[in-house]
Parts: sequence; C-alpha cells; structure tokens
Amino acid sequence: MYIEVKDACKKYVQDGKEFNALDNVSLDIDKGEFICLLGPSGCGKSTLLNTLAGFEKLNSGSVKIDGKEVKEPSVRNITIFQNYGLLPWRNVRKNIELGLDARKVPKAQRDELCAKYLKLVGLEGYEKRYPRQLSGGQQQRVSIARGLAADPDIIFLDEPFGALDAITRMKLQEDILKISREEKKTMIFVTHDIEEAVYLSDRIVVMMADPGRIKSIVKVPLGSHRDRTNEDFLYVRDKIFELFNMKAEDYIEYNI
Amino acid sequence: MKKLISLKNVVISLAALILIWQLLFTVSSYDKALFPSPKMALDALVEMVYNGKLAENISTSMYRFAAGYLSSVLAAVVLGLILGRIPGLFKYIDPALQLLRPISPTAWMPFIVLLFGIGDIPAIAMIFIAAFFPVLLSTVAAVKNIDPIYLKVSKNFGITQPALTWKVVFPAAFPQIANGIHLALGTAWIFLVAGEMVGAQSGLGYQLIDARNNIRADILLATILVIGVIGILLDGALKLIEKRILKAWGGV
Repeated sequence: MYIEVKDACKKYVQDGKEFNALDNVSLDIDKGEFICLLGPSGCGKSTLLNTLAGFEKLNSGSVKIDGKEVKEPSVRNITIFQNYGLLPWRNVRKNIELGLDARKVPKAQRDELCAKYLKLVGLEGYEKRYPRQLSGGQQQRVSIARGLAADPDIIFLDEPFGALDAITRMKLQEDILKISREEKKTMIFVTHDIEEAVYLSDRIVVMMADPGRIKSIVKVPLGSHRDRTNEDFLYVRDKIFELFNMKAEDYIEYNI
Repeated sequence: MKKLISLKNVVISLAALILIWQLLFTVSSYDKALFPSPKMALDALVEMVYNGKLAENISTSMYRFAAGYLSSVLAAVVLGLILGRIPGLFKYIDPALQLLRPISPTAWMPFIVLLFGIGDIPAIAMIFIAAFFPVLLSTVAAVKNIDPIYLKVSKNFGITQPALTWKVVFPAAFPQIANGIHLALGTAWIFLVAGEMVGAQSGLGYQLIDARNNIRADILLATILVIGVIGILLDGALKLIEKRILKAWGGV
C-alpha cells in the first residue's frame, strides 16, 4: 500500500480530561486516490491528517508513506490549510515561489511555471497582488497553486473550503476535482460536509467521535464527471446520511 | 485639504506657545538675561547658525545618536529574534531583564564615565541602554506572537534556518517590532541630551550646560527648541521608513 496507517492512537489532555482523538485507527490508501476524511468535530479527522503530514506524532501505532515512517513534514507532501497559510508580506508570485524553492527550480524557468500554476487555478495576471487584496476563494486558489508548484506526491487539504461561501465553495470543489484528475496527485481531504465528500472522493472514510475512530469506508462509484443533482449522487449521499444516524457500532464496508 | 487643516492646527498651536512665552516674559520680574523673550532666543539661534556652533553641535550629537541608536536596535532585534524562538532560554534571561529594565539610563551614567571617561562613549552608551530594552522586549513578544501557521507552512516547504528567521519570522513579527523601534527612538533622543550634559564636552546637551555656565539663557532656550525640532524630524523620518517597509511587505 502507498499510505499505511496501522493501529494509530493519539490522546490529548484538555481541561484536565483525557480524550482519545484517534483510537486504533487503521487505513490503507492507494497512489492517486482522492480520499475524504468525513466526520463531526472531535472525530480525529484533522488529527489523522496532521499525523500523515508529519505535523503531529502518534502515541502508538505507525504511519507509513511509500514504505517509510512519517517523522516530520516533507516537501513531497504539501498541506493546504483552511486559513490559506499565505505569507501576507509576499505577493502572489513570491508565495508561489515557496513551492518552486522547495523544488530548487532555476531562476530562468520561474516566470513560466508561476504563470502556469496561476492559470491552472484561474488567476492569470495576479502575480503582483498581495494576499490581503484577494478574496478568500482567491487566496485559497493561490495556496493551491503554491502547493502544486512544489510538485508534491500527496496533497493534504484540511477543511480547505470551510471558510468560504457556498457558491465559491462549489466552484472550488469543481476546480480541485479537475486538478486532481489532470495532475494525478494523491489527495487526502478533511471535511464535515457530506455533499462535498461525495462530490470529490473515490472513497470516503467516515469517522466518529469519542473516541475518534473509523466507522466505515465507503467507495463512491460515480466516475470522473460528477453531477450534484444526479440520482446516483443523491443515492450515495443518502447512504452516508443514514450512516451518521445509525447507532450500530460495527464496522461496515459499503460497496454500492 | 486634510493637510491644510493639520497645517492650520500646527500653526495655531505653535503661535499659542510663543504667545504664552511672550506673556510670561512681559509679566515676569526676572532679569531678561535669565528669562529671555522669544525674540531674544531667535536672535541667539541666528547667531549660532552664523558662527557655525549650531551645525557643529548638531552633527556631533547626530553622530552619537546614530551610533548608539542603530547599534542598539540592531543588537536588540537580533537578540530578540533568537530569544523569541527559544522560550526555554528566555525564561532564564527574562528575570534579569526585568531587573535591569526599570533602571533609568541616567543611573548608569556615573559608572560609565568612571569606566570610559568623558567623550563620545558615555552619550552613545546611554542611548544604547535607553533603546535596548524596549526593542528587545517588543521583539521577543512579537516573535512569540507569530501566527503558528507561518511556521507550519515554512516547515512544510522545507525552509530551514537561517532563511526561516530572515524570510519568515522577521517579516511576520515586523509590525510589532517596528512599534518597539519607534517608541525607543523618542526615549533614546531624550537620553542623548542627558548623556551629553553629564558625560561630554560637545554636542547639544553640552551646549545647554555651556550656556548655563555663561549665563546665556537665550542660547539655552534656543537649543531646547532645536532639540525639540530634531526630535520631531527624527520621528517623522522613521514613520516614513516604517511605511515604506510595511508597504513593500504587503501591509496596509
């Protein structure tokens, strides 16, 4: 397996109380998959993502990417954050150059590459703007362009569209889906929005809180072109809704 | 239009100040050699401009100020950037800083004169001390306050030291550091004069003492005015530099 999580356990102490963010979580992910980690707050989805990205360490268990234990963040795996993480004192071009620095791209090619990735996210000609001059959606697009410019193997996205309005969010969902098909990156996407998960994923990892665990893994057999109003789409969405209402504790692998 | 209104405020404010001064001169029973009028101070100023004394003392003072202030800011910012990133070490240094900080730079003066004698060094040392603590503490606080996401992103993109400090930590902390640098400018200018009154034989501070010794209150008051005007100019110049840097770094 490309990404292997085995018996991952992570505990936090908050207000003197211990709580299990991850309780024996195991998960395998293939190269090129689009995976959504879906669940309510406190289910450990962000903790799992941060562990995969190397920002946090487990109490026990292991996380391996391409056979190697994850110990620290790497430029091979870029994380996109909810609040964009752009450096406000750098203009759009200089922010994207962070990704090019990571790849040690020579100066001569930078203009071209910068323009290429900005075009990919639909922001041609925005090189000289500063982050504060952009809308939230545009800032997240720059952040995605910066991530892609580093040419990573995996892109982690931590509720990347959570702070955006509904229309902007849908547009960005379309774009990230298109980008994932074109660039053939492994994408791991944290969200609490069921429809977003169904729209984007090859598989949805449904998680539950207290303790944080995987309840089931749902394959989404909808192909590469997705329509939110399509019958199959609604069917999968309803299945997930049902899953969250179910009381049963047993692990279910869905094949629709 | 806005500029015109603020110019009007300045003119009225200064006119009122001169008027009060003139009024006090008129009603006071002091000898006019001890309490001169605005006109006499102006004459003294013109005299100093013509005999070159003013330019000489200003350049002496400005040299000391630049040497003390710039070296202090540089040392404090560099040290602050380091200490802000190593909270474990700062814990042990902070108590000593808190002890030293409230001591007026003037209190060090006799000690500094004993060590270095009279000349440029006491005034420079005084400015150094005056500017050092506010800049150091504001830099440490600024570095501690950096949004952790900048550090997370840097780590993700493989930015390591020393680039991390120079390219990420410093610009992220700069607005707050600039605040400290700005406050320190005023304090440093105040203590330059104090330093020159005690530890020097030249400069604007010494000119005050010299004027007193010669019972030239007109020169004394003219010098005080010059010190005030230079203080305003320095403040304005620093504001301009700050604005430039903030603008270059995408600030407001």
